Amino acid sequence: MDINILYYLIPSLFMFCCGLYGFITRRNMIAILISLELMLNSVDINFAAFNRFMYNDQLEGMFFSLFAIGLAAAETALAIAIIINVFRVSENIDVDDVVKMKN
Amino acid sequence: MDYSQFLVMHREIALLAVFLVVFLYDIFMPKRALGATSWVAVGAFALFTAYSFLMPGTNETAFAGMYVSSGACAAIKNILNVGVLIVLIQATKWADSDLQIMRRGEFYELLLITLFGMYLMISGRHFLIFLIGLETASLPLAAMVAFDKQRYESHEAAVKYMLTAVFSSAIFMMGLSFVYGLTGTLYFSGIADKLSEASPLLICALAFVIAGIGFKLSLVPFHLWTADVYQGAPTSVTAYFSVISKGAAAFAFMVVLAQCFGAFYADVWEWMLYALIILTITVGNIFAIRQKNMKRFLAFSSISQAGYIMLGVEADSAVGLTALMFYVLVYIFSNLAAFGVIGAIENKTGKVEMTDYNGLSRTNPWLAFAMMLAMFSLAGIPPFAGFFSKFFIFTGCLSQGSVAIYILVLIALINTIISLYYYLLVVKAMYISPEEPQIANFRSACPERIGLWICVLGIIALGIVSFFYDSIYTAASTAGIFASL
Repeated sequence: MDINILYYLIPSLFMFCCGLYGFITRRNMIAILISLELMLNSVDINFAAFNRFMYNDQLEGMFFSLFAIGLAAAETALAIAIIINVFRVSENIDVDDVVKMKN
Repeated sequence: MDYSQFLVMHREIALLAVFLVVFLYDIFMPKRALGATSWVAVGAFALFTAYSFLMPGTNETAFAGMYVSSGACAAIKNILNVGVLIVLIQATKWADSDLQIMRRGEFYELLLITLFGMYLMISGRHFLIFLIGLETASLPLAAMVAFDKQRYESHEAAVKYMLTAVFSSAIFMMGLSFVYGLTGTLYFSGIADKLSEASPLLICALAFVIAGIGFKLSLVPFHLWTADVYQGAPTSVTAYFSVISKGAAAFAFMVVLAQCFGAFYADVWEWMLYALIILTITVGNIFAIRQKNMKRFLAFSSISQAGYIMLGVEADSAVGLTALMFYVLVYIFSNLAAFGVIGAIENKTGKVEMTDYNGLSRTNPWLAFAMMLAMFSLAGIPPFAGFFSKFFIFTGCLSQGSVAIYILVLIALINTIISLYYYLLVVKAMYISPEEPQIANFRSACPERIGLWICVLGIIALGIVSFFYDSIYTAASTAGIFASL
């Protein structure tokens, strides 16, 4: 069986759409964060696949993936810290309850 | 590797030095010396601002073209420096208050690091550097939004900002991966060389990239986080958000569009931007009319101002670039004057509702005067600077000369008149409203007054003295052809 680039791009796109769907529908902040991770990781797959199958003579896409993983980790760490702060003040991390500012 | 090319990014290195000075002072100085932390930060940053002004903006590249230093980049960095200096001066009162005194060093450190990220965004000519700059600029901002630990709103705002920021950068990176798939490179110049036709994937990629940066600029329809975050964040952070981060993102947006995708202006993104600008200006205006909270009100006003800034991108020429930078400069002074007054009143009385400003001119005439100048400048009433910045940005657009752009400018002009209404609502509350004044007479802190005076002088001088516009124009046109700033 010939594994071509589509075998990577279609799962990655599927992951991205799952993340998008989760970001819009989920109500728990941790679940939203997981959805965001899905979206960020699908980008990494895209870069690696494009690099491997189309531009095999250089490593720009691979390096971008490496940096993107680091950035995603930083984003998650900060988001979790902020979510913990919210939990401390409101005992809840449901996004429907964090809407007190609308006037 | 030739390490001397680090000298090309001497502004970034000097900024890191300022950061290190504040950081080390905050950690290692004995407790009794920490009272001066704010002034160490302000002083070090003022020195850096002067240094940045004195160094010429030469055209150089470093790291195989990943980083570029040019007259235009130096000019926008200097403009941002002036804004940050004013924000720092105005923030000292808040940072030295009893609630924040434990962690005020962190506030200055986070602020300087976000500025460093914006510098990378402005000068980066490779999408990896650009992305790292974008994240360095937006992640510490989330921590700054959450800075008021005892206030619930601050946490709510931080969560909203954080989740939308990560979401937008995921969208942006997806767009980048499409661009990489099309061209095999992430250099701006390389992308421009390799892209030959407007394929569906390119349109998709552009939509994703524009959406990603549009979130940072809070263009409609990507603006939904703006009002809540501006309201919940500490006032100094809101001021920083509304001018500095917006100005840097606008410049970077223009560079990305012009350099990478300049060839597809007419085919692809001209109409995307038309729609975004019209929506941004109109929706921002209409929602601003209904706001009662001053910070929320200025949030919607800043959304509509972002639309005007984007008109400079539409102009797509050296005149447009100058108009954009001049607009950012004027906007910095006007908006920081407004936030300076709001911050002074909030620090003293804790009031931020528009009805609290009724009769302010009778008890605090100078604060009311500064606020009135800021509102006139934001609305674009001559002879204040805001009129000239709007004038230049419309002229830059009209020099393109197509019918569509005439219609766009006409819509923007009509919106200017709508915006006059709500800006004058504040002036009416302060000067004409017959109700009893809500806020007693008080004397604002010395740094707040210094910040306000700088802003008021800027609002008056920038419109009348042509030196500022001329020097920005010189810097913008030394970039040579527009596509290679």
